[in-house]
Amino acid sequence: MININEVIETNKMIEKENLDVRTITMGISLLDCISDDVDKVCSNIYKKITTLAKDLVSVGKDIEREYAIPIVNKRISVTPIALIGASCCNSVDDYVKIARTLDEAAHKVGVNFLGGFSALPAKGMTKSEELLIRSIPKALSETENVCASVNLGSTKTGINMDAVALMGRIIKETAFLTKDRDSIGCAKLVVFCNAPDDNPFMAGAFHGVTETDNVINVGVSGPGVIKYALENVRGKDFGVLSDTIKKTAFKITRLGQLVAQEASRRLSVPYGIVDLSLAPTPAVGDSIAEILECMGLEKVGAPGTTAALALLNDQVKKGGIMASSYVGGLSGAFIPVSEDRGMIEGVECGSLTLEKLEAMTCVCSVGLDMIAIPGKTTASTISGIIADEMAIGMINQKTTAVRIIPVEGKDVGESAEFGGLLGYAPIMKVNEFSSEEFIKRGGRIPAPVHSFKN
Amino acid sequence: MAKSKSIITVVGKDQVGIIARVTGYLYENNVNVEDITQSIVAGFFNMMMIVDTGASTKEFLAISKELEELGRKIGVLIKLQREDIFESMQRI
Repeated sequence: MININEVIETNKMIEKENLDVRTITMGISLLDCISDDVDKVCSNIYKKITTLAKDLVSVGKDIEREYAIPIVNKRISVTPIALIGASCCNSVDDYVKIARTLDEAAHKVGVNFLGGFSALPAKGMTKSEELLIRSIPKALSETENVCASVNLGSTKTGINMDAVALMGRIIKETAFLTKDRDSIGCAKLVVFCNAPDDNPFMAGAFHGVTETDNVINVGVSGPGVIKYALENVRGKDFGVLSDTIKKTAFKITRLGQLVAQEASRRLSVPYGIVDLSLAPTPAVGDSIAEILECMGLEKVGAPGTTAALALLNDQVKKGGIMASSYVGGLSGAFIPVSEDRGMIEGVECGSLTLEKLEAMTCVCSVGLDMIAIPGKTTASTISGIIADEMAIGMINQKTTAVRIIPVEGKDVGESAEFGGLLGYAPIMKVNEFSSEEFIKRGGRIPAPVHSFKN
Repeated sequence: MAKSKSIITVVGKDQVGIIARVTGYLYENNVNVEDITQSIVAGFFNMMMIVDTGASTKEFLAISKELEELGRKIGVLIKLQREDIFESMQRI
């Protein structure tokens, strides 16, 4: 039987250590909404989303109250829209029309983000995918809740450098069209290598074609809980450190699984996966950087940071995998700059640079996330940054991503303000030597050899 | 709702009659108490009850809300949570 100390511990995690469930994300297949008429597609999409997800928010709130656990976000992911619009979209405006429909549907059911305005040109780009990509700046500037993502490469296919070059320009254009709000459009746009089909986290969530019609995925959180646990083992060796992280990750994941199963049962939608990611927020004590500092680094970015993050990421996975048989999505530690107070401080005091962040992305989930850079950064430099990150993912058989914001009109020393969960970010310095000629080549970087692992 | 076991926690400054008032409410609403653990740490009252809400005519969320209100009246924090959250987090 449960005893009082266990109850106190769990409630302390929730009340004092920022334990929460970051998101319940309902994946919805839109494949049956396809038609050759864009208006028909829009009405099909609206009807499908508002019918299937009508109870998502209220069920989420009921679970929150019954377990007294905050569920921060309720969200929706849909089939990559480049597939849905292929037979009916002949112009950028046709795709923007679909984006507006998605936005309206998201408002109607009360979710705060809807992901899946996406294309997957990992190897080659169809006309429809290119059209969708070209519509992203307008779509993101004219909608509130829609998130876009593009998968630019994979370990199996190599990297589509034409798409990488295009995305550099698209990111610049998105930044320009949303310049009145510190280029916030770019905060809703992410590019991937090895994008997972079942990621519940934004901005990169989409409902992959390997999925069933309808699914519930849950993303947990809990950097605060791990940090508090590590405060009790200061000075102990790495064995104790690893054990403490594993045990805590186990508990966090179990909570995620419980919420996923409850949501699945109440909504009569199958349960897909729990995403083990440690997702920070700008709240004090809810930071990945603070965990790394708690391990013994003076500031995040100091030598040893990559090793500390590698250990953290691996132990979170080990504890989490023990707790749930269906783990998926991105699963690891997120290191977004703007959403993590410790990361922001690291950038501000000069301990954390873009290059160190890049190294850190080799050992943790995702990649260069929510990084504000000077608005004057060229499209080819952005493409260069993307190409580097895609290469890390391709070679290391992991998911990597870039969500970078060239803040129009701002430069190093200033900061961008996005508000809410997206936080704020000091503008980071970017290496200004040119990548122009490299990006201009066009074509593909071939898939890597899967042997000779050195 | 098949699963009806829940945990009530009461935390606050100690005073006369906390248990009486909480159990009084539970009795009126036909909520059975299966276990009680209680202690005073540095003048702070800490109580955990395992209860069964299955036989009550009231909805779970209504009981939860009324208990919170009762807590406000007494000047303590009362929380009703379904038991599975503790079971899943604390047991392999």
